Amino acid sequence: MDKDKVLDLAKLSRIEIGEDEAEKLSHEFETIIRYVGEVKEVEKNNKEEVDKEDFPVRNVMREDAEPHESGIYTEKILSEAPSREGQFIKVKKIL
Amino acid sequence: MKPEEIREKDKDIHAFLEVFDEPKTYGEGPLSGKTIAIKDNFLFEGHKASAGSKILENFTAPYDSTVVKKLKEAGATIVGRTNMDEFAMGSSTENSAYGVTRNPHDLERVPGGSSGGSAAALAAGLCDMSLGSDTGGSIRQPAAFCGVVGLKPTYGRVSRNGLIALASSLDQIGPFTKTVTDAEILYNVIKGEDPLDSTTINDETYPVQKKFDKTIGVPREFVEKEGVSEEVRKNLDEAIEKFESLGYNVVDIKLETLAYALAAYYIIMPAEASSNLARFDGVKYGLHKDGENSIDDYFKTRGEGFGRETRRRVILGTYVLSSGYYDAYYGQALDAKRAITEELRRAFRSVDLILTPTTPTPAFKFGEKSSPLEMYLADIFTVHANISGCPAISIPSGKVGNLPLGIELTADLGREDNLFTAGKDFMGE
Repeated sequence: MDKDKVLDLAKLSRIEIGEDEAEKLSHEFETIIRYVGEVKEVEKNNKEEVDKEDFPVRNVMREDAEPHESGIYTEKILSEAPSREGQFIKVKKIL
Repeated sequence: MKPEEIREKDKDIHAFLEVFDEPKTYGEGPLSGKTIAIKDNFLFEGHKASAGSKILENFTAPYDSTVVKKLKEAGATIVGRTNMDEFAMGSSTENSAYGVTRNPHDLERVPGGSSGGSAAALAAGLCDMSLGSDTGGSIRQPAAFCGVVGLKPTYGRVSRNGLIALASSLDQIGPFTKTVTDAEILYNVIKGEDPLDSTTINDETYPVQKKFDKTIGVPREFVEKEGVSEEVRKNLDEAIEKFESLGYNVVDIKLETLAYALAAYYIIMPAEASSNLARFDGVKYGLHKDGENSIDDYFKTRGEGFGRETRRRVILGTYVLSSGYYDAYYGQALDAKRAITEELRRAFRSVDLILTPTTPTPAFKFGEKSSPLEMYLADIFTVHANISGCPAISIPSGKVGNLPLGIELTADLGREDNLFTAGKDFMGE
């Protein structure tokens, strides 16, 4: 892990960071990644099949019905937007 | 206590980010007459909720979280919002964008974290009860450091609707109280299925594996690791003796996968955090920093709005999820999660509870943990409960000088009842 790799990851994360921070993070990540890499050992030591019954995965669905009255939350939610125009959130031109 | 009085007493501690001017009482019920403080990541309509972050400095909650709704109905008076590590990322409350919280037992030491404000507010007598969230120990560790009771219920027991998320497969809400009896009362108020959180469970979700017969397992090998202080070991031995004198059968157990829980945790948590925190983009709500174009707005907003630890974890999460590393880290961590859960559940067929210290040391001093990894190791005894989903409670178990220590009991999925029974026995309630 080097500074450039960290800068690339920061770019993927949409976070602006400076060169100094990237340098520092690259060393911290080395240590952290070495530590969390230990996780690979667990499988070697524990080959036992996991009993799937113990982990019920449930998909919870609801009817696409009974909507709330239109517009009752609009003002509350829009008032939190940093920039708006009428009933819309305003952003910069994309194309 | 009047708001001014709370503020005055909180001056040196800084447990609260805000003490509400005119705290209201809404309903009537089991919490009537009780004052409650909530962590800054709970939405309470009309009040600020900043999750300890600059990026949400001026965010006002547009609706009530399910838990706040339940508190209102139960007659509680919510007195304020408490300090926390930014987005619940930390074990000391040093990562808050709004300054540190001090441990009421020793102002030179941390209260623990990430729910440090809630633990300190209760320990300092500024409220009757408080609420926190626990992703890797964020309720239990500060409870131990501040000398109060802290409970992390079973994953899915309490609805997270309206909780600002850190890592959604691990997050759970729970109470801080002075007694185990109070913890049970508050737990009963906030628990329950919720259509607005599809992970919530009911009493039938986990069928009972074993009838309670006062058997406690201690994973000796795991507890006697390096980095665990002498006082903590001694305190655990005293707790074991106390349980034995109360008629409990304490046995040694081997839990081989426990040693990997922290490693798995520091992969899964940043991975999920990097995904959850993608919503903070300076467009919909919160801080906005202007850049040259639309994408530059994101870079600037997130670069300035997120603190150092948040930036670190989001970037680390992006790494472990990135193509080429996904299987090596995230995939392996999920396998470890399954193995740990399976081993714990197997253990709970022969013991009712697993006993460990809550923390490897008593509360440490500000700035004492110099590297991120050193700080992460503070969670060594708590993360297994989040990784497996099992409920766990930290109970005060004595002091070293003026610093409190806590022991932690973990129970099988859905068996909070065992935690309450043994906890009350231990506390003499």
